[in-house]
Formats: sequence, structure tokens, C-alpha cells
Amino acid sequence: MNPRMMGATAARVLRQLRGDPRSIALILVVPAVLLTFVYYLFENETMPPGIPRTFDRVGLMMLAIFPFVVMFLVTSITMLRERTSGTLERLLTTPIHKADLLFGYALAFSMMAALQSLVATAVAYWVFGLDIKGNPGLVVLVAVLNSVLGVALGLLCSAFARTEFQAVQFMPVVVIPQILLCGLFVARDQMNSVLEAVSNVLPLSYSVDALQEIAGHSTSTAAMWADVLVMIGFVLAVLLLASPTLRRQTP
Amino acid sequence: MSHLALPHDNAPSAPSVPGVEVRGLSVRRAKATVLAGLNFSIPSGRITGLLGPSGSGKTTLMRAIVGVQRITSGTVRVMDKDAGDPELRRDVGYVTQAPSVYRDLSVEDNVRYFGAMHRRNRAQVREAIDAVGLTDLARGRTADLSGGQFSRVSLACALVSTPRLLILDEPTVGLDPVLRAELWERFARLAAGGTTLIISSHVMEEASHCDTLLLLRDGKLLAQLTPDELRSRGASDDLELAFLHLIRADIAAQGGAA
Repeated sequence: MNPRMMGATAARVLRQLRGDPRSIALILVVPAVLLTFVYYLFENETMPPGIPRTFDRVGLMMLAIFPFVVMFLVTSITMLRERTSGTLERLLTTPIHKADLLFGYALAFSMMAALQSLVATAVAYWVFGLDIKGNPGLVVLVAVLNSVLGVALGLLCSAFARTEFQAVQFMPVVVIPQILLCGLFVARDQMNSVLEAVSNVLPLSYSVDALQEIAGHSTSTAAMWADVLVMIGFVLAVLLLASPTLRRQTP
Repeated sequence: MSHLALPHDNAPSAPSVPGVEVRGLSVRRAKATVLAGLNFSIPSGRITGLLGPSGSGKTTLMRAIVGVQRITSGTVRVMDKDAGDPELRRDVGYVTQAPSVYRDLSVEDNVRYFGAMHRRNRAQVREAIDAVGLTDLARGRTADLSGGQFSRVSLACALVSTPRLLILDEPTVGLDPVLRAELWERFARLAAGGTTLIISSHVMEEASHCDTLLLLRDGKLLAQLTPDELRSRGASDDLELAFLHLIRADIAAQGGAA
């Protein structure tokens, strides 16, 4: 690992993004707009006293799901371009280490994701009065971790796509099952045992668990940190799997 | 062997350590033989031209020397190390035929990024951009450039690392004559400074700028010779005609043998 090359890679990826203001606007604004939809969707519900609003539950989870989805897409397309344009092969003839490249990407996109979740979390709190017990800083932390997970999975999936069209098709394969099973629609302990077992091995489930811990407790709990650790483990494992897909030699 | 490779009686006199040493190099890809048992060595500090019809294996050979090509058999030694050795990544520059740069970055940002892999500073980045004549366009987006300018960005990204071995796949395609002449002067200066250059080309008149030529056909080494030797062996002062004569003689020889 060479921090200089990793930094140069992160700076380069951010410069590429800066050249595309429309994408930046979409990344920053779309989650806030979707949150607005969710808020008005449940505007007229009446809950017995003491039961949290649906928005407080669903809106919170969406804060973590947006960066995951967006960064998965952005990364898999960017990395696919890197593979097909020949720049990846060229980079791998230079002294750069694969880890510098992978972590450079993760660093750049997680900075973008931090901005995105700051905007979305601010809107959720100050515009729609999101009401949870825990610290909003922890919500942002989980959101950023989720984005890094999206980056890692995007890097890995880009190896299995030859065209951008194929890369986009990985979203229904990799992302949507995780959203269905993460506990957003049905609590994980109420799923049948097969689905629950599947959801146990999907990383997004742990971020939703962590958010529920944050929502329910005013201070950070050991269970939340355990979920965070599991997520970090997933990220490292996926990056480790992605590393051999960056080949220095091809037939 | 059946091919017409010349004995190496013409090896240039000066350098003792070969820049590139290839022994029995074969590459098969999807059952097709792309390179068939090549043997040659390339002196360092010289310009070696790689010539041959399209599909003759020029790019595969260059990739093998860079170390990005998986080879079937044989050895490729570059500056006394195996091709692709991690230590060589500092010393070998490779410019692919299709420009491999980031279209959505400026010229300067592209060169700076590849320069960062070799710890190059701002002045060295500027120098590489000047060398390919893109000084005035340095801040422009690469995607907005013309085809010839685009490929020069790719060249600048290799020049910035000041490699000891520079491998260029068709670097002058799409360039105007003035710029082409300037680039060849630059290549000559690099070689004079000790850089080994391997340059493939379709433009036969460019072969006259090279110290030695490798003629490839169908993955085999037809000959290794100087431009003058090519003129005499091909019985024409026009390098293109001389090359054609050699190729046709080879085809005829193979036809007769079959």
C-alpha cells in the first residue's frame, strides 16, 4: 500500500466526478426528494400513542439504503469503463498496487456518500422531524459504511460485466434482494426460516439492524458496534474477492 | 526453421546489455497461434521498428515484452529481468494503439495522475505535455480533443515517467507530417539519451528512422535487419516496395514448400 498512489487515485476519481455536475446533483438531491415522497406517503396515518411513525422507521432505513444503491451503480459503471477503456491495464503496468486502486476508489466514493447522507439526514431531521433516540452522527456513519459496501460490490460485479448494459443488470441481482430481505418490508425475525437464513448472510441486513439499535437507544450499544464490525468484515471480504479480478496479465 | 530470419551479423556494435532478449516465444490464443517461436534480441539505447501486415502479431509481441500478455512458452527478458517483473514497472512505458486515458479528465489531470505513479512533479508533467505539443490544450477536457490530439495525451502519459524502455504501438497514426517529424526527432533524442524504444508502424517511410527493424508475418519473425539492409534485400530504395518484395518472397517460398 502506498498512501500517495491511493490519494492520487481518489483525487483522480473525484476530479472525474467534478467534470460531471449533473451526476453530482443527482447524487445529492435525489435521496432527499425520495425521502419527501416517503414522508407524504405516510402523512395521514394515525398511530396509537407510543408507537413510532412509519416515517421514523422507513425513512431512517432509506437513509442507509440510498448510498448503498447509488454507489453500487456509480462504481460498477466507472470501474467497467476503466476496464474497457484500457486505462486499467495501463495502470497495472505502473508501480501502483491493486490495493491503492481499490481503496482509492472506496475513499473517493465514500467521501461523496458522506456528503449525500449528510444532505439526506439533515432533510430527514430538520424538514420532516425524524424522531429517533440515537445520535444522527451514527446514522451518517452507517450510511457511509453502506456506501463503501456498495463501492466494494460494484468493483466486484464490474468484473462480470462486459458492457454497461450488463453492469446495470447486476442491480436487480445484487441490490434488490438485499433491500427486500434487509428488514425494511418485514422484520427479519418474522420471515420464514429460509428467508431469514438468507438475510443473515446479506450485508445490508446488518446495517438495518444497526440503525434499529440507533433508533431505539440514546447511546450506542454493543449490538450496534457488532453490526458495524460485521459490515466492515463484509467490505474487506468483498474487496479481497475483487482484487484478483484486476489482472496484470491477460490471454 | 523455415522462416527467413537473418543471422544476427548486423547487430549494432555499441551496447553490451541487451534491452530485450526473446527466446522461443510462442503465444497461442483460442487455438490460434499468434506468435510462433520468436528469437531475437533488441539492443538498448536504440530505436527498433516493428513492422508487419495487420494481424501479424505486432501488438501481441509488444504486450509480451511489457508483461501483460500471458505467453504459452519461451522467455522474454527485459533489462535482465523477466518481462512483467514488478521492478520493471518503474522502467517500462507502454502506449497502446487505442489511446488509454480518461476522457472525462483534462489533459493535465491525465498526465499528472500517471505521473503520480512515478512520483513526478508539476514541472515534469508540464514537460511531457509540451513534448507532445499540447501545451495550449492542457486544461481542456480530453474528450473534446481531435483523434490525433487524443492519442498524443496517451503518449504524454507514458513520457512523463521517463521510462528506460518505451514501447509504442502505432504512435503516429492520425498525426500530421509536421508533428510526426517532431515526434521522430524526439524519439531519436530519447534513444540518444539511453532510452530503448520499440515502435510499431504501418507507415513504411517511418522505418527509415529506426536503427533496426523486426519484420513479422503470421506470428513469425521474417527478418531482423537495418533499413539499409531491407533496401538491398528487398531490391528497392522504396522501403514499402522492399518490404512487399520480402513478404511476397516469403509467401512464395511457403507456397512452394507446401
